[in-house]
Amino acid sequence: MSRKPAQSLTLFLLLAPAVLWLGVLIVLPHVEILVLSFSERVAPRVYAFGFGNYLEFFTEPLYWRTFARTAIMSILVTAITLVLAFPIALYIARVAQGRMKAMLLLLCLLPFWVSELVRTLGWMMLLRETGVISYMLQAIGVTDQRTEFLYNDGAVILGLVYGGLLFMIVPLANALESLDPSVVEAGFDLGGSRWTVLRRIVIPHAMPGIVAGSIIVFMLTVGNFATPVLLGGKNGLWFTEQIYAQFITRFNWPQGAAFGMLLLLLSSAIVWAGLRLTGQSLGTTLKQA
Amino acid sequence: MAHSSDLDLVNVVKRFGTHAAVNDVNFSVAPGEFFSILGPSGCGKTTLMRMIAGFEHPTSGDIRIRGQSMIGVPANKRPVNMVFQSLALFPMMSVGENVAYGLTCRGVSRAEAEERASRMLERVGLKGFGERRVTALSGGQRQRVAIARCLVLEPTLVLLDEPLGALDLKLREHMKIELKQLQATFNTTFAYITHDQSEALVMSDRIAVMNQGRFEQVGSPRELYHNPATPFVASFVGETNKWQGEAASASAGGIAVRLPSGTVIQGQGKVAEKASLAFVRPEAVALAQDSSALSSLPNKFEGRVSAVLFDGANSSLLIDTAGFETPVRAVLPQAGPLAGIQVGAPIHVGWTADAMKVFAA
Repeated sequence: MSRKPAQSLTLFLLLAPAVLWLGVLIVLPHVEILVLSFSERVAPRVYAFGFGNYLEFFTEPLYWRTFARTAIMSILVTAITLVLAFPIALYIARVAQGRMKAMLLLLCLLPFWVSELVRTLGWMMLLRETGVISYMLQAIGVTDQRTEFLYNDGAVILGLVYGGLLFMIVPLANALESLDPSVVEAGFDLGGSRWTVLRRIVIPHAMPGIVAGSIIVFMLTVGNFATPVLLGGKNGLWFTEQIYAQFITRFNWPQGAAFGMLLLLLSSAIVWAGLRLTGQSLGTTLKQA
Repeated sequence: MAHSSDLDLVNVVKRFGTHAAVNDVNFSVAPGEFFSILGPSGCGKTTLMRMIAGFEHPTSGDIRIRGQSMIGVPANKRPVNMVFQSLALFPMMSVGENVAYGLTCRGVSRAEAEERASRMLERVGLKGFGERRVTALSGGQRQRVAIARCLVLEPTLVLLDEPLGALDLKLREHMKIELKQLQATFNTTFAYITHDQSEALVMSDRIAVMNQGRFEQVGSPRELYHNPATPFVASFVGETNKWQGEAASASAGGIAVRLPSGTVIQGQGKVAEKASLAFVRPEAVALAQDSSALSSLPNKFEGRVSAVLFDGANSSLLIDTAGFETPVRAVLPQAGPLAGIQVGAPIHVGWTADAMKVFAA
């Protein structure tokens, strides 16, 4: 099959921005980082090929523990976000009508008009020892002294769930909206309880949305930096902090690059496992997102 | 104790705001009966059906199934199953899982549910389809799965909400007969709603004609067709000629109607007011090439064929007739001297007084 030259030129011009974007901003830096991660410093300003940066990760417990902690907490955050977002998405998709629906989605979107940093600072004002919640509890007499709610895992999870909620609600609401109401009614009509209908009809139908939302939230959470640092403080111990520390504080770029590659491998592996576990393909999932 | 009827509706009213979607409806359906509710869209038939299924709740009145009131009983606890207009098969399940779904909801073990589902599929002619996806079925097969899914639960009553609406004409004709046969084989009570009078006439034992939230008439298809109780039933069920006029002299059992042109036609009916409507079925209009053949009829007129509407056995003629504002519609016989009649040919039309029903307008 031969194409007219004009057609190929058009195709080339249309694809050029996407190819440039992918090549220059995504593929090239990653290749650079990959190469960098395999270089070891043998003497000042002298580097050689080697696996030392990766070995360092496995021999130093702080690194791999932080790594495992980040993975587990991110899965936990994704699960909590899913459980919280499901009823909200169900309400937006199935119950709310017309303007109400648009209003609710706008309300979910509203916090994102403010930068993540400011939103997190907002949480700090609520949670810190001299903050609003601590003051209120003392004022109504629940506690007799000020309480620190910041700098623990709970605060980190709270902040991350809050940040991920919208990205879970939108694909979920999309998936749930396409469910024919009479299919749900048929589920009840044939004798199904609310739980049966939810488990056998609503959730299987929403599966592509669930997986899409979970992938997005998981990726955002694993790669988050500001929220664990600000809300977790020294106890945050997020893997991105290790990468930051290697690149910025220690000027050990090869080590930071190795950590970056490991984080990329981690998220890819967990996303792959999630897809396999739920029997979804990446294609149908991306359509939902 | 066996109850004499499977379904009773007693003074059922459903209001949405001030609008009464269903207004004081009463009827009973006997066990094993094929009962249809026929009405134009927006007449309240879907609301009525949804109340029986349990998705809507009557404003007042009672719905009883085998004598048990269903007020306050949720949809999933009623011995009623519904075949939805869209069929509403579960796309996330296989054909076999669709049919077994209701059984597993009742706590039947998975193995037994599968066994009963596959037996039911065999009875509706879908043997070996259990593993297929519902999206891989044809329209008629999907229909049968939707019905099998209900029948496997052995419900007291199956509700069918215009399930043939989405099918093409040929398949619809075929499914009409198949549904009727299925209902006879399983001897389950069917309540069927439709706006298609032919579906209702062909399949039903009894039909209720519904209009603006009320039942106009309940009766067998023949009764409705030949003895409509109201002008709505006369015009909605089957083809008919309809003329407006004024009731003139009423004689023993008969009534004369004067059309605006002054022409007087003879019919049957009781009319208290002047304004009246006269209805004559196209097949009751006798046709002849010379007037002597119609000499015994009280209504006989001369006309000219204005259109031949050929449709095989349903072919009809439109005849411009002196004194009538709209052409008279008559069935065109497919044999005999008139079979080949052309537009413009002169013709004589006539009908008996019995064949013309007169109602107050």
